[in-house]
Amino acid sequence: MSMIFEPEWEGFEPGRWSHTSVNVRDFIQKNYTPYEGDDSFLEGPTEATTKLWDQVMELSRQERENGGVLDMDTKIISTITSHGPGYLNKDLEKIVGFQTDKPFKRSLQPFGGIRMAQTACKAYGYEVDDEVVDIFTKYRKTHNQGVFDAYTPEMRLARKSAILTGLPDAYGRGRIIGDYRRVALYGVDRLIEDKKHQQDTHFVRMTSKNIRLREELSEQIRALGELKELGNIYGYDISRPARNAQEAVQWLYFGYLAAVKEQNGAAMSLGRTSTFLDIYIQRDLDRGLITEREAQELIDHFIMKLRLVKFARTPEYNALFSGDPTWVTESIAGVSVDGKHLVTKNSFRYLNTLNNLGTAPEPNMTVLWSVNLPPNFKKFCAKMSIKSSSIQYENDDLMRVTHGDDYAIACCVSSMRIGKEMQFFGARANLAKCLLYAINGGVDEVMKVQVGPKYRPVEGDYLDFDDVMDKYDQMMEWLAGLYVNTLNVIHYMHDKYSYERLQMALHDRDVKRYFATGIAGLSVVADSLSAIKYAKVKCIRDENSIVVDYEVEGDFPKYGNDDDRVDSIAVDIVRIFMDKIRKHHTYRDGVPTMSILTITSNVVYGKKTGNTPDGRKQGVPLAPGANPMHGRDTAGAVASLASVAKLPFRHAQDGISNTFSIIPDALGKSTVLFSGELDLDALKTEAEDAE
Amino acid sequence: MEGYIHSIESFGTVDGPGVRLVIFFQGCPMRCLYCHNPDSWKPKQGRTMTTDAILEKYERYKEFLKSGGITATGGEPMLQPEFLIELFSKAKARGIHTCLDTSGICFDPQNPETALRLAEVTDLVMLDIKHIDEEKHRALTGHSNRNILAFAQFLADHGVPLWIRHVVVPGWTDDAEEQRRLGYFIGGLKTLKALDVLPYHDMGKSKYEALGMDYPLKDVQPLPAEDAQRARAEIMKGIKKRLREQN
Repeated sequence: MSMIFEPEWEGFEPGRWSHTSVNVRDFIQKNYTPYEGDDSFLEGPTEATTKLWDQVMELSRQERENGGVLDMDTKIISTITSHGPGYLNKDLEKIVGFQTDKPFKRSLQPFGGIRMAQTACKAYGYEVDDEVVDIFTKYRKTHNQGVFDAYTPEMRLARKSAILTGLPDAYGRGRIIGDYRRVALYGVDRLIEDKKHQQDTHFVRMTSKNIRLREELSEQIRALGELKELGNIYGYDISRPARNAQEAVQWLYFGYLAAVKEQNGAAMSLGRTSTFLDIYIQRDLDRGLITEREAQELIDHFIMKLRLVKFARTPEYNALFSGDPTWVTESIAGVSVDGKHLVTKNSFRYLNTLNNLGTAPEPNMTVLWSVNLPPNFKKFCAKMSIKSSSIQYENDDLMRVTHGDDYAIACCVSSMRIGKEMQFFGARANLAKCLLYAINGGVDEVMKVQVGPKYRPVEGDYLDFDDVMDKYDQMMEWLAGLYVNTLNVIHYMHDKYSYERLQMALHDRDVKRYFATGIAGLSVVADSLSAIKYAKVKCIRDENSIVVDYEVEGDFPKYGNDDDRVDSIAVDIVRIFMDKIRKHHTYRDGVPTMSILTITSNVVYGKKTGNTPDGRKQGVPLAPGANPMHGRDTAGAVASLASVAKLPFRHAQDGISNTFSIIPDALGKSTVLFSGELDLDALKTEAEDAE
Repeated sequence: MEGYIHSIESFGTVDGPGVRLVIFFQGCPMRCLYCHNPDSWKPKQGRTMTTDAILEKYERYKEFLKSGGITATGGEPMLQPEFLIELFSKAKARGIHTCLDTSGICFDPQNPETALRLAEVTDLVMLDIKHIDEEKHRALTGHSNRNILAFAQFLADHGVPLWIRHVVVPGWTDDAEEQRRLGYFIGGLKTLKALDVLPYHDMGKSKYEALGMDYPLKDVQPLPAEDAQRARAEIMKGIKKRLREQN
């Protein structure tokens, strides 16, 4: 990298970030201003913000009335530079840029799969242009085609029966977070220079591995060139670093916008940008260039843009995810490895957008929680949570040990160092169904066909714990192997036909790749095995001797009550399945991880999973993530959380989610009805005064 | 020592100050028409627990509970007085805040020794006065309120901080004059620290169905929050009247 200290950096403390290498973390550590104060400095929306947001709400209304989509591209294939500029109101927008040439118009992204793109269009009354269909069926292969060319019949069957489910084989895998901050800090030219250097200094022996990387680096450089062009389209020269707060937000957003123009990923997360941007805002405030009101306006307009990220998706996709999520996750706060908290005024400003623009699920504001966060920030989080129900919390004290202090969350729980680690998203295996396969010797209880290996099914009227565990262990062994190999196919093809070149351009060359897997149905499995062990579970078979239902006689300990008898079963299952995953070769030497996080898709999985030995009936949703089954945690919140907290992060490093909802009344007394701290003397005075 | 425990709530936020471990004792002599825990009426039933086992749970959840404490409720905790005193004594020895949620029905003014020992290890009593009028109290709960009111006075006299709770039930305890009478009585309790007015709800209904019992108030609608606010204002009026007179 060149050694010049750019003029745009004036006033910043230099360091390795400016003289050695691309190093955003070093820049933040040397330049950020920790904030311990409260929320009283925050400003409300400006007139421009309110006007723009009203316009957005009106467009949202039209979109709803129009059946969920307002407009779609059917001919222009979305690339970084495919569209001219689009605005809500050019004169009012401080931060600009849409995925297409106008807001609320969904782009056409066929590289994941042309069929998916066609179905998405058809569902809303649009037709993809014939020529485009022609190109993507005859001349240009898609990720989806590639995957199905390589799938084995067993993989197809496991996919159909939904023992493997939600696989990213027909849509973008997402979960990769580009370090969009680099665009603002360095400008695109320096990043291109750096990438060229990476290419020049890479292995010259042409193995398939090295050839692939060289080709990818060329693609990355090309994508960065297009990113510069995207800036030009909106009238900005982003080849140089950002020189003020408005430019920093805008440059960063261009980086992100380029990513969502190119990839319709299942989760297109933003990273950890608030404290980074605070450095620019603080510099401008110190120089008297902007006011707090203008600072908030910048953030409000930025967040508004993030709320308007939209993709063309099929109704089935939306059903699976219970809505139309984009998972624009932004990680806020956290603590440095040296113990200093990373809260800045901008951490507050981000959360304040929930006041200024109202509540919204996107961007997914995620607070990296630590016991060492400043009390005023904690109070503000609590206040905003009560007000908006829109904040996600993750345990920074747990993740910092693994990822340091410049990681972010992709989607809902997947943690990775920004620009240094990425993830191959792996959906999930349905362990509840796997248990039923163990009982029925690989026969699917819903489809009534042989899907798994034809092992011996259970015999007799009652289930025996040791026998079931033995069979379950073997069935999980089979499932883990099939699962990893299926994912190997998917990621190979995704890299080949739908490579995330812009997002990877905002990574280091040698990234650590996590090979993510996931499980669904953990609490059903734990409770089922507990029922088999501590109560009596009778099998009910159909005319073909397939066990289709269960009668539970007696009571049994249930996961979610801090009862080790059953919680230890859940812990064992997580460890056992993860160890089986670890046995297999992974694509590009990905480091295997596992998540327990089905937050919405658990409803669909429940429909596809037959009756289970815990007494759950077919169709009843599995519990989300690592949650106890609905209504079975009866010892209160702390006991319920204690059960979940036993699950080992080491074996579920891609995250453990627990959806916790509580009615406000259960959080304490309403001050309207409850008069605490009654001071009789004061009351007496008051009573006398009234006389 | 072992006691009969109906259940334990690990995250109690409405039964005393802070987040608390709430112990539901099994057994209650009262038969309040609106009781939402009829499954806790019968004494000497269900599981038993030692005081040590309960405190062990507290220790496990201490991180959450350290700004709160332990609350004994039920059922009627004072139906198992020796167990309760042992639990609270051990808790106090560990510096845990103790709170007793009681109807006061077990208090015997002629034999206050047990109550005295209990008062020594109790940081706060939440006393639920169901009705100020003796006859109506009897109709509502099956018992006279004489000993309950005596218990309130006893606690105030012995310096035990008091929260008074009162459930407002349409058609039963929603008379403004009676609410002021209630206020007038509690205004005389010099250790009064809080007034907790609870609007009647019918969430106990399903429990009656599960137990195969008739729900006595099936025609009574849940009380709207505004009415509860009004009731609270009336009670406060009574409290202030008493305070004025004490001048």
